[in-house]
Amino acid sequence: MLVHWSQATTLRVVKVTLFLAALVPLFVLTQRIVMGDLGPDPAQAITESLGKAAFQLLLATLLMTPLRKLTGWAGWIRCRRMLGLFAFFYAVLHVLAFLQLILGWGDLWATFTRRPYIIMGAAGFLLLVPLALTSTQKMMKRMGRSWKPLHRLIYLSSICVWLHFLWQARSDVLEMVIYGVVLLVLLLVRAYWFGVSSLVPLKKA
Amino acid sequence: MHFKKRPSWAISESEVTPESVYLNRRKFMSGVAVSAAAMAAPGLVWGSQHDNLSALTYRKADTYAPNEDLTPYKDVIRYNNFYEFGPGKEDPSRHADQLVVDPWSINVEGECARPGRYALEDLLQPHSYQERIYRLRCVEAWSMVIPWVGIPLADVLAQLEPTSKAKYVYFETLERPEQMPGQRSVFSTIDWPYREGLRMDEAMNELSFLAVGLYGRELPNQNGAPIRLVVPWKYGFKSIKSIVRIRFMEEQPKTSWEMIAPDEYGFYANVNPEVDHPRWSQKRERRLPSGIFSPNWRETKKFNGYGEQVAHLYKGMDLAKYY
Repeated sequence: MLVHWSQATTLRVVKVTLFLAALVPLFVLTQRIVMGDLGPDPAQAITESLGKAAFQLLLATLLMTPLRKLTGWAGWIRCRRMLGLFAFFYAVLHVLAFLQLILGWGDLWATFTRRPYIIMGAAGFLLLVPLALTSTQKMMKRMGRSWKPLHRLIYLSSICVWLHFLWQARSDVLEMVIYGVVLLVLLLVRAYWFGVSSLVPLKKA
Repeated sequence: MHFKKRPSWAISESEVTPESVYLNRRKFMSGVAVSAAAMAAPGLVWGSQHDNLSALTYRKADTYAPNEDLTPYKDVIRYNNFYEFGPGKEDPSRHADQLVVDPWSINVEGECARPGRYALEDLLQPHSYQERIYRLRCVEAWSMVIPWVGIPLADVLAQLEPTSKAKYVYFETLERPEQMPGQRSVFSTIDWPYREGLRMDEAMNELSFLAVGLYGRELPNQNGAPIRLVVPWKYGFKSIKSIVRIRFMEEQPKTSWEMIAPDEYGFYANVNPEVDHPRWSQKRERRLPSGIFSPNWRETKKFNGYGEQVAHLYKGMDLAKYY
């Protein structure tokens, strides 16, 4: 039997794979909850794992543009929204877990005004809200040229999220450094390409 | 090398009170007394690690946590902050078996009449063990209740005869990177070895305790084997683990967390719900094991509820300034 393997099929396969991969953190967490494998302080374990999943998905979202540049395949960009929305999904769960399990809905004012790492996390989260709200096809069309600059807020958000993570370090910053290096590379390649693309027209002129 | 020093005050085994039985570390003795409190603890799962540790003989519980459930053994030995073995809570239980704790010696230095390098068993020999059930409040806002076995710190310090110049006592944890992977991390902010200290009157307080065991058996390595401090009215990081140095000092020593983040961790580190950590509130704590969807909250008490025993030590002191 001859299977017609089209571009659309490739996209579908990649999308489904990424969709399932993005669900892995939720699946693992659910399994740990069911198995009672979260240790004696589940509040901390749940909040931490959701936060890390959100950050990982944010980085995955930022990886799509470089992947397209490197592979030349435009399909990566078609997966970007899904990954961004997954990042937002985990971020919402992370914030809810923090409010319910760590804060217990008490001390809200003091927490969000006096704790730098919380303020930074809240900023990272709030910056994602307009991006999630304007992520639909319809909103893209409606916003036209202003859509792209707005969605560049993801750069600022991811820097806030990294600082939020770093400022929770106690004695060892290895993990924070790893995330930081990945983020730095993802931002630097953009700066580099931006520099190159702004030079190209000059050469042509 | 392993030095043994028998100080002049030391008495021979035969002269010791017959009831006080001296146990060799890692050597199982028959006729074991097991804490009834430990046996009765709900949901207790001993696991193989418990079976491999020698049982201790001791006088049963002086409870300083009446009417509170003990934290199960499996949680006490699996959920630890012991950065020498890594930054994660489960790193110590995963890596601490690399540590060799026998033989063990402690350097005694500074303002005292009996400095020198002591084999651990010589330091412990004159004393008999007792059990102390204490609350442990971590600065990270979680807490446990643990049945320790050991000796009042005051008894051990007295035998070293501190001079009148000894205003503080300083402790150090072992530094042995080849057996402590956390000490090999280039990303660690701790300047090894880990250091702690107490004011002399704090050290001589009835609550200050040197633990050699928990739940009736020797300390698992991840809990600070073979000997650790327990000061239950202070945040957990003051209770330094795997001690190899005791120094009597005239000046207040610099302690590890104070060196890392002086605005977050002070020398005193008394449990105090009125003084927040800069990054979080200290008003409440999660008593472990805690629930999945609704944490097991407790109101944090000043001095971790041990004000009766220790509040007088800080009379007239501004505890917001000396945190």
